[in-house]
Order: sequence, then structure tokens, then C-alpha cells
Amino acid sequence: MNALPIELYLGLSAIIFCIGALGVIFRRNAIIIFMSIELMLNSVNLTFITFSRYLGEQTGQIFVLFVMAVAAAESAIGLAIILALFRRKQTVYVDEVNLLKN
Amino acid sequence: MELQLISFIILGIIAIASALSTVLNRHPIYSAMSLILHFFALAGIYLTLQSQFIAVLQILVYAGAIMVLVVFVIMLLNLNEEEKRKLIVQSRHSFGIIIVAIFAIMLVVYLTTGVFHYPNEGDFSTMFGAKALGDLLFKQHLAAFEVVGILLLAAIIGAMVMAKKKLID
Repeated sequence: MNALPIELYLGLSAIIFCIGALGVIFRRNAIIIFMSIELMLNSVNLTFITFSRYLGEQTGQIFVLFVMAVAAAESAIGLAIILALFRRKQTVYVDEVNLLKN
Repeated sequence: MELQLISFIILGIIAIASALSTVLNRHPIYSAMSLILHFFALAGIYLTLQSQFIAVLQILVYAGAIMVLVVFVIMLLNLNEEEKRKLIVQSRHSFGIIIVAIFAIMLVVYLTTGVFHYPNEGDFSTMFGAKALGDLLFKQHLAAFEVVGILLLAAIIGAMVMAKKKLID
């Protein structure tokens, strides 16, 4: 069974990471920023799995398991923060939140 | 080879397109739906890398648990479509522009040198299956596994405290 070169997978992962980073920086909606962070985490997972397949090594897959667990914890906390923010300020746009500015 | 290449190209195009639509959509619920599509495409790409256990876990954890939570919060908040606003490039955006420039240079260098690395041939599907991974996880990485359990417990308690009606000031 022939396989594809890893450069294809790494390139795809880099493109998805760039899209996620641009989303984090240019969007104002906190929920979309949160989803862009998930995109970036997923592209890193893709890199781990690519190298795990390339080296024939299982450790990369274990790393992905832990990244998934941390992403689940992060999503619970992040969404709770967004909920609390909406209760206090009635907005989810990050540029309208300046509680700590003055 | 042919089948693998074709499926990789199709899944890659779906993944990139749905990622772009996640970032560019103005209503968060459409973003969430395209993000689910992205997770499924990524699970298919994991299958082309012979990692079927991670692919199933990707669908269960991301497309199942996390996205249900996100969609639930979006519906709870009852958000409207974000109004159009002229994009002004500020100094804080330069970080993103630098990242994208670096990755673009890397991609061009990759694709123009033409040196491609091929992984080992062979069947890794039993090695990347649930049995072998569980063996490794519970024999060599047991401490990390327990710490992740504590982390998840702390996250649940933190989320409950944070989402309570009255935040303690």
C-alpha cells in the first residue's frame, strides 16, 4: 500500500492553522473566536497524527488523546465565560468589553 | 495510491472550504454547522492516515460533545447577525499577518523544493487501533491519564461556578 508524502498533510495543517489564527485575530464575536481556537487545535492534531504515521510511532496518537481532553475542558470553561459575559454585559463582541480598561 | 490521493484531495478541499466558511460567516450558527462539517472531513483525513481510532474519537468528542455545547450556547444567547463593519487594520492584527506570511513562505518553500518524504509502507491499522493504544495509555502514560481526569473535574466545577446566575463579586 503506497502512501502520500507527508508534505501534503503538513501543508493542509498549516493552511487550517492560518485560517484559525486569522479568525481569532480579525473576528469580534467571542463564539466565533472560540471556534477558531478549535480549528487551530485540530490542525495541530493533524500534524501529530501525520508524524505518528510517518514514524510508525504510537506516541503521537496518545498526544492527540490528551489534546482532545484538554480541548473538551477548554470548551466547557470558555463557553461558561461567554455565558457569564453575556449575563453581565449583554454582548458577545469582544471590542465592547472593557471592564479592566480604566 | 490513486484512491488515496483522490480521497485526500476531496477531503482537503472540504476541510479548507468549511474552515473558511467557519471564520467568514456572520451568523454564529452557520459557523457552527460548517465547523461540524470540518470535523467530519478531518476524521476522513485521519482515516487516510490509518488512524481509525482517532477518527472515531474525533467525531465522538468534537462533532458530538463540543459542538452540541457550542450550538446550545448559541441558541441560549439568541444572537442576531453581526452587522457589517468596515475592517480597519490595527496594530494588534499584525501578529496574524506575520503568522500567515511565515506559513505562506514555508508552503512555497516546501512545494518548490520538490523533496517529498514518504512514510513507511505497511499496515499500521492494528498498531493505531483501540487495543494497542489502550495498552500504551494505561501502561506507560497512566499518571498523565489520571492528571487529565483531575483537569476535567476542575473544568466541570469551574464551568458550573462560572455559569451560575449570580457571580460572586
